[in-house]
Amino acid sequence: MLFTKDHEWIAVDGEIATVGITAFAAEQLGDVVYVELPDLGRTVSTGEGFAVVESVKAASDIYAPVSGVVTGVNEALASAPETVNAEPEGAGWFAKLKLTDPADLDGLMDRTAYEAFIGGR
Amino acid sequence: MSPTERLLKTPLHAGHKLLGGRMVAFAGYDMPVQYPDGVLAEHRWTRARAGLFDVSHMGPAWLSLTDRPGDTELAHQAISALLEPLICGDIAGLAPGGLRYTLLLNRDGGVIDDLMVGRPVAGDAQGSVYLVVNAGTKEADFAHILAALGGRVRLTRADDGGLIALQGPEAAAVMADLCPAALTMAFMRFRTFEVDGHSLVVSRSGYTGEDGFEILVPPAGAEALWERLLADERVRPIGLGARDSLRLEAGLPLYGHDLDETVSPIEAGLGFAVGKRRRAAGDFPGAARILRELAGDLTRVRVGLRVLEGAPAREGAEIVHDGLAVGRVTSGGFSPSLSAPIAMGFVPPALAAAGTRLSVVVRGKAQAAEVVSLPFVPHAYVRQP
Repeated sequence: MLFTKDHEWIAVDGEIATVGITAFAAEQLGDVVYVELPDLGRTVSTGEGFAVVESVKAASDIYAPVSGVVTGVNEALASAPETVNAEPEGAGWFAKLKLTDPADLDGLMDRTAYEAFIGGR
Repeated sequence: MSPTERLLKTPLHAGHKLLGGRMVAFAGYDMPVQYPDGVLAEHRWTRARAGLFDVSHMGPAWLSLTDRPGDTELAHQAISALLEPLICGDIAGLAPGGLRYTLLLNRDGGVIDDLMVGRPVAGDAQGSVYLVVNAGTKEADFAHILAALGGRVRLTRADDGGLIALQGPEAAAVMADLCPAALTMAFMRFRTFEVDGHSLVVSRSGYTGEDGFEILVPPAGAEALWERLLADERVRPIGLGARDSLRLEAGLPLYGHDLDETVSPIEAGLGFAVGKRRRAAGDFPGAARILRELAGDLTRVRVGLRVLEGAPAREGAEIVHDGLAVGRVTSGGFSPSLSAPIAMGFVPPALAAAGTRLSVVVRGKAQAAEVVSLPFVPHAYVRQP
């Protein structure tokens, strides 16, 4: 699993990357009450807002950690958005992307680096 | 927030940090937006049990005659006659111990602030009224009042103390252990009580739609009172996040969002705050506009909206009818009690009837919404204790 400075995680299996938000991000957001997911087939670029997560208090953009095409979204979040808080780095995943350029992964952090990053905040 | 900007702290600030409160800047104060339980759990706890809120950032104060007549009724009439020209409420007609929700108005009938005004019980306190104004507006409100009333009144601020709200169905039972005499008060009554050597100003009021109390405690007694109330297992601390979702469900307007200097009391659905005697006399700021609106000449009114699909519609979201923009959301979010998005906003009167189908635009998408009567969640005020 790799991580971004915007607190997304990405798990790569072949050319498909599963994307979600980190446990740290979920804790900071608070109770998630709504998740807006991208349309299937949408092409996204690194850093582009491609999903929105809403807590009771506010809406926050989720940025694509890599460029790719959306090949799957977590439909279960529509009826159970609280899964993002319960299992942010598992069942609370957001979307699957087909990687456009595997080199996009080079700039991302591993868990040790990410934990150092959030520890320094 | 720049690090050089100094935030004020309430007397309960250290307690919030100990409880794990997540602190944010609000109206110039460093305040807890939530505790580790989180907004949803805090909201639900307040609806089911009793929530404790630090609202010490607000503006409690006493306004007193500089030159008080000996007769107690005359003294009350004199302070009322000074304050009433700035507001639309009937203060002269308040019984001792009565508390009234009213509005400071500008000359165009726009709302400068919404506030509570109370008439004390004690004979020797007649000629004074108790005020509680909003945190973000308190400096301007007090300046406005003093500019208008000059040397005829003295303003004694009490916002260095603690203002603690205890709200929820078990609030009265909790209060019975602290100050049983407070339970004899009905909704919108207030009195001063001696508890643990401190003089507490207790009102039966709040901002959640639940039964409850707001307690003004001097600075030296604030922490001990907060801790004593929190020691009760029926009570949990509640942050500003749930305070906002609770008041939204209760259909209560928030100054700076649902109310501002362009909005009149009638547009805001607060006609009840324009006293009968005041309407007959037409002796309040902006009376020409407000009386015209009361007669039906109105361009917009505040309504409640159930958002029937999609994301919560937040402040600023456009309200659309038949493809035309007809208004904007002024408060909106997710209702924990209804498990659905709700909002308040302003629409033309022709579209204000419950059941009217409208849309709200969130991130460019029109989502179905329906006008519903306020409050979203029924009030549980105790009118006859």
